[in-house]
Amino acid sequence: MSERLNRGPMAWLGQGLLYGLFALVIGVFSSWPPYHYLDRDQALIKLSFNHQGQVVADCRDVSAQEQAKVQPTMRRTKICPRERSPITVELDIDGATVLKHVAQPSGLSRDGASTTYHRLQVPAGSHTLVVRLKDDVRSAGFNHERRATVTLKPAQILVIDFEPGKGGITLQ
Amino acid sequence: MHPLRQSRLAALSVYQALEHQLGRICGPDLNPLRHLGALGFLLFWLLAISGIYLFAVFDTSAEGAYRSIDQLSRQQWYLGGVLRSVHRYSADAFIVVLLAHLLREALMGRYSGFRRFSWLTGVPLLLLAFTSAIGGFWLNWDQLGQFSAMATAELLDALPLFASPLTRNFLGTAAVSDRLFSLFIFVHVGVSLFLVFGLWFHIQRLSHAAVFPPRPMVAAVMLGLLALALAAPVMSHAPADLAAAPATLTLDWFLLFIHPLAYATSPGLVWALLALSLLLLFALPFLPQPAQAPVAVVDPANCNGCRRCFDDCPYAAVTMVPHPIRTVRQMAQVDSDLCASCGICVGACPSSTPFRSAAELVTGIDMPASPIGALRQRLSQGLAALGQAPGKIVVFGCQHGANVSRLASPDVLALELVCAAQLAPSFVEYALRDGASGVVVSGCSEGGCIYRLGQRWTAERLQGRREPHLRASVPAEQLALAWADAGDEASVMRALQGLRRRLADSLATPATRAVQADV
Repeated sequence: MSERLNRGPMAWLGQGLLYGLFALVIGVFSSWPPYHYLDRDQALIKLSFNHQGQVVADCRDVSAQEQAKVQPTMRRTKICPRERSPITVELDIDGATVLKHVAQPSGLSRDGASTTYHRLQVPAGSHTLVVRLKDDVRSAGFNHERRATVTLKPAQILVIDFEPGKGGITLQ
Repeated sequence: MHPLRQSRLAALSVYQALEHQLGRICGPDLNPLRHLGALGFLLFWLLAISGIYLFAVFDTSAEGAYRSIDQLSRQQWYLGGVLRSVHRYSADAFIVVLLAHLLREALMGRYSGFRRFSWLTGVPLLLLAFTSAIGGFWLNWDQLGQFSAMATAELLDALPLFASPLTRNFLGTAAVSDRLFSLFIFVHVGVSLFLVFGLWFHIQRLSHAAVFPPRPMVAAVMLGLLALALAAPVMSHAPADLAAAPATLTLDWFLLFIHPLAYATSPGLVWALLALSLLLLFALPFLPQPAQAPVAVVDPANCNGCRRCFDDCPYAAVTMVPHPIRTVRQMAQVDSDLCASCGICVGACPSSTPFRSAAELVTGIDMPASPIGALRQRLSQGLAALGQAPGKIVVFGCQHGANVSRLASPDVLALELVCAAQLAPSFVEYALRDGASGVVVSGCSEGGCIYRLGQRWTAERLQGRREPHLRASVPAEQLALAWADAGDEASVMRALQGLRRRLADSLATPATRAVQADV
């Protein structure tokens, strides 16, 4: 356990080796082993949207009895619910449903946009995709659907989004 | 004993064995494990200097970022390229040193009591360091930067923090704008600035904080990083392409290990692990600890306001206030929250000299649990108890260093102190005048003092380089110094035997004046 002050050639050599070893460890693990994020024959599908669902109900007239219950300055003729519909999305790949998700509206009053992000790893090659989306609780089924056959190259990223201004469900 | 404490002590013994082995190679004064904090500072300064150059030539636009860094590495490899590599490798080394520093302090139980502030301000620095380091990869905007930015966004999206997923910023090339790059720059550079403030807070309660390691160590680290930069220059991956996923990456495992961990497990598990680790680290100082000895107490009647205790306190626990009795003077005041009860201030006080004629020795600042008056009494009584044995030797030792009580023998009086620096140098002369032939002063090895500066102050005082100093008239051959840690009693024994030989030789040869460190 003794630590004698030793400044001979061997001590300097020892220190050189010590710092060299430290540099080697830093050098090696700053780039090795390689990390395989994705297998060579795989591609990625990213399904994501940021969309505000339809309001859960239409505006309705306020009755005279309801008007009478509030102060004159607070009276209004219509009540329009702020709450938005949750958005339901489903994704089928080659006939099999691989994703079912309900995105709730954000905000304390549930009046904000619904958002989602999912990353799916699929084999590269040709796939038939069916994307269904429902953004209105008042409709019976899905009110948006997109069917497409895509050919994905290895490592390619396909983004499925929902943009009403571009016709609804988009693939890019 | 509490199981947690038991495990800590078991791990500490393994760690100390490693530290001692390194001490044998490098010498205790150049043992890197005893300069981890200072090494961290050095690496941070290297990061700052190389980073300033890189930022000066960096194109801060989404379009030009990759090109500017890639050109630097290829066209100006001899300067910009080397600095880029030094920047990266310094970041890796910084994280390693930071984690080692945290581990060492944790194993040594240096997180509670007067050290609580330094511990609690140190733990967040880890988060800042990792955040800044990870953000640095995004600036390059190659495939690795793309992967890291995307993986970080996915990790953050697992928390209910953002109204819109951050990952949407990386769905298409159009989403990556110059504005997003401003955010990247804030994460890397802005967080680094917070790190500077954090480091400043971290050492606030340390006096004489070591923010620069010894020069040979600086040279070794810089040469090592330079050699690494030349041997394995850091190069960019292919430019980021949001339409394609990078399949295979040469990942920096020191800084980016969190991404593979999140993909191999789940973001939730990574957050849980991180939260648990932080909770444990922050909770450590509040767990039950053995009671600390009573803190130093100032006696106004014997304090002349000389400021030596103020200068020597390793934890800035002493401040100077107006003297209540002597209006033209100041008086020391001890902050009990900061005091380590080390007694270093007692050894610094000029009133601690045992030559004072008062029957009861009362000094200006003293330790209630082991007062200096009691030490004088133990010394006198001990020497008297040794009788007329020829060549009587007094060994002053430190409670935390080598156990000197094992050296007690019919001609050796062993006296233990809280810290070697609790010993006023005049005690050496007093022991010699009181019948001792020689004195051994033992303390922790260089850089190994549990109270940071005790060994250094003791050596400097006894060598006449710090006040209060040992008088030059004390024959050097009658004093031996032994810097040895707990378990290294053999070193103190060697110093004792060397002193005996010198005492025997001195009968035939003239005295030398320089105080020697035998170990």
